[in-house]
Amino acid sequence: MKNDQDKILNEVTENEYKYGFYTDIDIEIFPPGLNEDVVRAISAKKEEPDFMLEFRLKAYRQWLKMEMPNWAHLKIPEINYQKISYYAAPKKNKGPGSLEEVDPELRKTFEKLGISLDEQKRLTGVAVDAIIDSVSVKTTFQETLAEHGIIFGSMSEAIKEHPDLIEKHLGSVVPYSDNFFAALNAAVFSDGSFCYIPKGVRSPMELSTYFRINAANTGQFERTLIVAEEGSYVSYLEGCTAPMRDENQLHAAVVEIIVEKDAYVKYSTVQNWYPGDKNGKGGIFNFVTKRGICRGERSKISWTQVETGSAITWKYPSCILKGNNSVGEFYSVAVTNNHQQADTGTKMIHIGKNTKSTIISKGISAGFSNNSYRGLVKMTKNAENSRNFSQCDSLLLGDKCGAHTFPYIEVDNHNSIVEHEATTSKIGEDQIFYCNQRGISTEDAIGLIVNGYAKEVFNKLPMEFAVEAQKLLQISLEGSVG
Amino acid sequence: MQNEIVISDIEREFIDLYRENRNMFEAKASAQVNKVRKSGIRDFERLGIPGKKNEDYKYTPLQPLFRNGYRKYLEPKKVEFNLAHVFRCDIPTLDTHLVLIVNGFFDKKNGELLRELPSGIIIGSLAAASHEYPELFEKHYGKYASHQDGLVALNSAFAQDGFFLYVPKGTIYKKFIQIVNLLVAKEDIMVQHRNLIIVDDNAQAGVIICDHALTPHSFLTNSVTEIYTAENTFFDYVKVQNEHNNAVQFSHIFVNQEANSNMTSNILTLHGGVVRNNVNVLLNGEGAENNSYGLYLVDQEQHVDNYTFIDHARPNCISNQLYKGVLDDSATGAFNGRILVRKDSQKTHAYQANNNILLTDEAKINSKPQLEIYADDVKCSHGATVGQLDDEALFYMRSRGIPEKEARLIMMSAFTHEIISNIKTDPLRTRINELVEKRLRGELSACDNCAVKCY
Repeated sequence: MKNDQDKILNEVTENEYKYGFYTDIDIEIFPPGLNEDVVRAISAKKEEPDFMLEFRLKAYRQWLKMEMPNWAHLKIPEINYQKISYYAAPKKNKGPGSLEEVDPELRKTFEKLGISLDEQKRLTGVAVDAIIDSVSVKTTFQETLAEHGIIFGSMSEAIKEHPDLIEKHLGSVVPYSDNFFAALNAAVFSDGSFCYIPKGVRSPMELSTYFRINAANTGQFERTLIVAEEGSYVSYLEGCTAPMRDENQLHAAVVEIIVEKDAYVKYSTVQNWYPGDKNGKGGIFNFVTKRGICRGERSKISWTQVETGSAITWKYPSCILKGNNSVGEFYSVAVTNNHQQADTGTKMIHIGKNTKSTIISKGISAGFSNNSYRGLVKMTKNAENSRNFSQCDSLLLGDKCGAHTFPYIEVDNHNSIVEHEATTSKIGEDQIFYCNQRGISTEDAIGLIVNGYAKEVFNKLPMEFAVEAQKLLQISLEGSVG
Repeated sequence: MQNEIVISDIEREFIDLYRENRNMFEAKASAQVNKVRKSGIRDFERLGIPGKKNEDYKYTPLQPLFRNGYRKYLEPKKVEFNLAHVFRCDIPTLDTHLVLIVNGFFDKKNGELLRELPSGIIIGSLAAASHEYPELFEKHYGKYASHQDGLVALNSAFAQDGFFLYVPKGTIYKKFIQIVNLLVAKEDIMVQHRNLIIVDDNAQAGVIICDHALTPHSFLTNSVTEIYTAENTFFDYVKVQNEHNNAVQFSHIFVNQEANSNMTSNILTLHGGVVRNNVNVLLNGEGAENNSYGLYLVDQEQHVDNYTFIDHARPNCISNQLYKGVLDDSATGAFNGRILVRKDSQKTHAYQANNNILLTDEAKINSKPQLEIYADDVKCSHGATVGQLDDEALFYMRSRGIPEKEARLIMMSAFTHEIISNIKTDPLRTRINELVEKRLRGELSACDNCAVKCY
């Protein structure tokens, strides 16, 4: 039995990261290094209005004063920020208006990733904004969405076409001074998605951004901004992959969500950056700041994330529940294998009355990995009758990995209820025995149990993503019980 | 993680005071105590008093507490107090052996400096014992209290006296040993006592420690207790903190448990201005079991912060933690619990729970239960809740003719019962139950037991 398991374990851990290919396309890349001139050059390249340059410069100057956070339960190797190139983009003549204009190599890349940019061939109605390295290459279904008044496209386009909206909202949830990586992002972000749902509109399709790091020695710094006006609804998906490389690459993104009265934003991520090889070499450093604010009454934000990739993940999608009766949700499955490290969780800041939040976090660690949940639930004095329920479970598959929980609970009023519970365990031998007895192989049994364990979160994902997530989980873990 | 500490005037004062009195300390103490003292001051100079940035003291800012101009109580003075009053807090039906510690120094009034009980148990002054039993001190003193916390290092540097308890091999002592810590002074003082408890192989014993402040002055206590429980031992540790609002107490307990030892600690905070309890447990042998319970009932402006760190260093150990609190008025509380399961500590069972009731909008609680696990064949869980008394349950009782006040009391006492029921000795449990109920009724003022109505 033990041998069998080891065999399965070997087979699986040798499973190649299937998105690890590299596309040879013409790119325009800045030489490595970061200074004010680089920041100015990025802004100039993007033909940005003055307020953006100012925003970037302020962020850059702030960043110089800041230090990399070291409180997380992570071992982060020294990052030389002068060795990273801060801008890389596929060469193009003019922004692609139609599909034909997109570089065929690029189209192939996305087809290989299973992301079709070809609208005709799409059966399910998902609009995709595809971002390669630092730049958005194509947004599909833009016209269909425009009919509903929805603005969906790349951030750089939006900065040019809707500067008023950007100026109003950019940095309003995650200020440039928020943290080290947010400041860095604000200074050098090259692109990202912008999404605006006008009052009373229910987005007819799911919006999706697909991030791909392709070039070597670059960092990817994208910025996403979602604004949902009164009574609107959108479901937003985000996916990502990167080529396999021996050196680490930095990804520092910022996502901001603004939700007005009665609006609902559902944000789902399947994060599958290259996790490094089984000896822990290479992989993406994923240092992401995601935060949403429920500004109006009865507004709602729901974060769902499946984290399977990245060498190091540092990510805390948060909700500021400002409007009365607003709701925040966080559903997460974080899987770490080999030498991956993850420190992820959420913050629920209750400010409005009768606000509710739910946190369901499932950590799965295997190999030599370390997986931590870190979260804050804060009930301010005004957050009367607020409610939080948190559940953080950890599953350990192997005796060399670690699972940790660091919840912070701060309650400042007397009629809120906060509940937190966490468990850590491994898959019971009796459970596996039960399955074996009924003719289910050990490997399948583990798959079954792990999937059942993560089901609570997968249920929250849009259907397509749920299938992908389930497959991912299988790849990341299959048989890693030793 | 530790940033460079900038030594402030508070630290400077301690360091200077140490230099001035060093000869006096060293002349009185034994070699081992002085050895630990030296490393204590060295570490204190390096660490200082934990600052705002220190994650472990996130919810209890220490610096302001030291700015009260306390006179450091370095030499025992003759103080007058009525012993009869002290015995008020005695547990009548519980046959105990009593030890008095006044302002951090062993008080001879009740007997000689060191006493051997018929069962072979040795109890008395730490200072006297350190000269009498150098081999025991060499083996245990300063071995468990880690100087990672500046306050512990500070205690090591200034440690002079406290109580010493030795339970020899195979001794089963059914009576409780009661240690009463009294604070009596005519001015604001700071005391730092140091205690050592050694429970040798196959022994069984229990202590109850009561903290009282007899005069209304401001007090600051920074005490360190090291407890070593050898193989196959049972040890009970009950601490009742009942000081007044001007008293600040930092109590550090370091427990080292060997194989198959079983230790239960119960920390009951009934009153106190600022209370910080650090419970550090090292499960250093297979089959060890640790139960840590805590109950805090605070009101007015009181602040209580419980910190626990359970280190599962060996496989097959069990730990259980339950901390419950009721916070009234503008009281604030914090719970910071950490379980570490080290690599290869398989078959570990570790549980932790923290439940809180907030009675008013001004009361505040911060809870930070943490799990850090590096072994896979484990069962660990933690839970934390913050809530109120259940309105429906209140309504149910009121609809059956129980007045609201009484109904609330019933619910609160039911809430606290879970902790108290863990006290194994009958008369002690009954007595504590009475105390808690009195406290919940608001009839137990800080100095009630001492019969000296201070204010």
